[in-house]
Amino acid sequence: MPRQRPIRTEAIVLRQRPLGDADRICVLFSPTRGRLEAVAKGVRRPLSKLSGHVQPLTCGRFGLAQGRSLHVITEAVTVESWPSLHDDVDRLTEALAMAELVDRSTDLDAASGPLYQLLRHSLGELAGTASPRAARWWFTLRFLDQQGYRPELDACVRCRAEVKPEGNGYSAADGGVVCPTCQGAGVGLRLSSPAFRLLRYMRRSSCDATAQVRVDADTSAELDRHLRLSMEQALDGQLRSGGFLKSLERAEAIGRSAASAAAEREREEQDRAVV
Amino acid sequence: MQRSPATAPTIARLIEAFHRLPGIGPKSAQRLAYHVLRAPRAEAEALAEALLEVKDSTRLCGGCQNITDADPCAICLDPQRSASSICVVEEPLDVAAIERSGVYRGQYHVLHGAISPMDGIGPEDLKVRELLARLGDASVDEVILAMNPNLEGEATAGYLSRVIGAMGVRITRIAHGLPVGADVEYADERTLRAAMTHRVEVEQRDGGG
Ligand SMILES: [Zn+2]
Ligand SMILES: [Zn+2]
Repeated sequence: MPRQRPIRTEAIVLRQRPLGDADRICVLFSPTRGRLEAVAKGVRRPLSKLSGHVQPLTCGRFGLAQGRSLHVITEAVTVESWPSLHDDVDRLTEALAMAELVDRSTDLDAASGPLYQLLRHSLGELAGTASPRAARWWFTLRFLDQQGYRPELDACVRCRAEVKPEGNGYSAADGGVVCPTCQGAGVGLRLSSPAFRLLRYMRRSSCDATAQVRVDADTSAELDRHLRLSMEQALDGQLRSGGFLKSLERAEAIGRSAASAAAEREREEQDRAVV
Repeated sequence: MQRSPATAPTIARLIEAFHRLPGIGPKSAQRLAYHVLRAPRAEAEALAEALLEVKDSTRLCGGCQNITDADPCAICLDPQRSASSICVVEEPLDVAAIERSGVYRGQYHVLHGAISPMDGIGPEDLKVRELLARLGDASVDEVILAMNPNLEGEATAGYLSRVIGAMGVRITRIAHGLPVGADVEYADERTLRAAMTHRVEVEQRDGGG
């Protein structure tokens, strides 16, 4: 068999999984080659020189030796590592959601320059933003555009009537906003005026500008729901990282209730001691 | 795995059983199987007994959730160890590693894994509920998070800090930076950043010069 030339490419590490005792398989996303799977040898040993450069959510320049089924990473130099994505669990979670979207959508070996640029730009924005969730919405909207699922926000997806900000609905299955008449007839979920305005604003604004908008909890939950349904439409399935997002939202409540349950137990014990 | 007609079915079965173990490839599985075949009967019996015993007589400690022969385990029972701090680790082997270092004299809690959002592994799949129940005990005043410094470890530590923070218990996380024997030159940015952030004072000798 003729020896194949090594691959040299910039890429973002989307995810890793363990292989054997010391290795990991990295899923890389390259602007010129799309999704690549490559083995990072020895990265689970403490003195690995490769380990820090192949962590998920790292952008680097990679050298890969081509193998029959898997490539092998021979070189890795970090270009950007966005440390703040790893220091803050909210940012980390949103970044993983972005990476999972790309991981789930990209065809093996397909060049996807615009999607790569979008991911790299969005991870950078996410690393610096005060509103991680808004950065993910902004990314998701553009991701949907690029995948051919651009949500319609100007005319009703059912009757083509031009829509005003009030009384509309949103139908992920039909691909966008639904006018009050069609919504009244039972098409789609309610789309509140603030959520509708924010979607339109997001489409024409930068990620940074989007993150400046104050969004209340209801609108935030509503946008999450609409965009999640559209994403599921585009991916034909659910995002696994969405489950952790929900766990994280419940985390403080779980802690508080654990603390009060413990206080309750202590009171009961004291009561018993008195009796 | 391919089965050659030249291999007796009983040996093939043993090879397959070894092959299923982590880190054992088809060649090693074959070598192990033939080693057992050639070994004295007593050696094979000892191996089989050890395998069954580990399945029959080990369980999880009701306190720290570590794998143990007796519940509660020796560490949880040890009166010399402080009950005021709990060091949370991902796996039982992490307890063994920290114990070997000899620097820690408190309690442990083994999660049996780490949160992996992209694989759909969440806190409910780990021994988190058991940890929260232990933290209700007023004697615990510090939780040390000793997760691996990788993405799953970060997600796990981030989640636990949020839950435990809401309980009002003090949380620390073990420092990370350069491992002993490493080269600064080859270190990645995040490791160097961590090493710089958590740098320590160098002890000065008195009256030098
Ligand atoms: Zn309509
Ligand atoms: Zn124990």
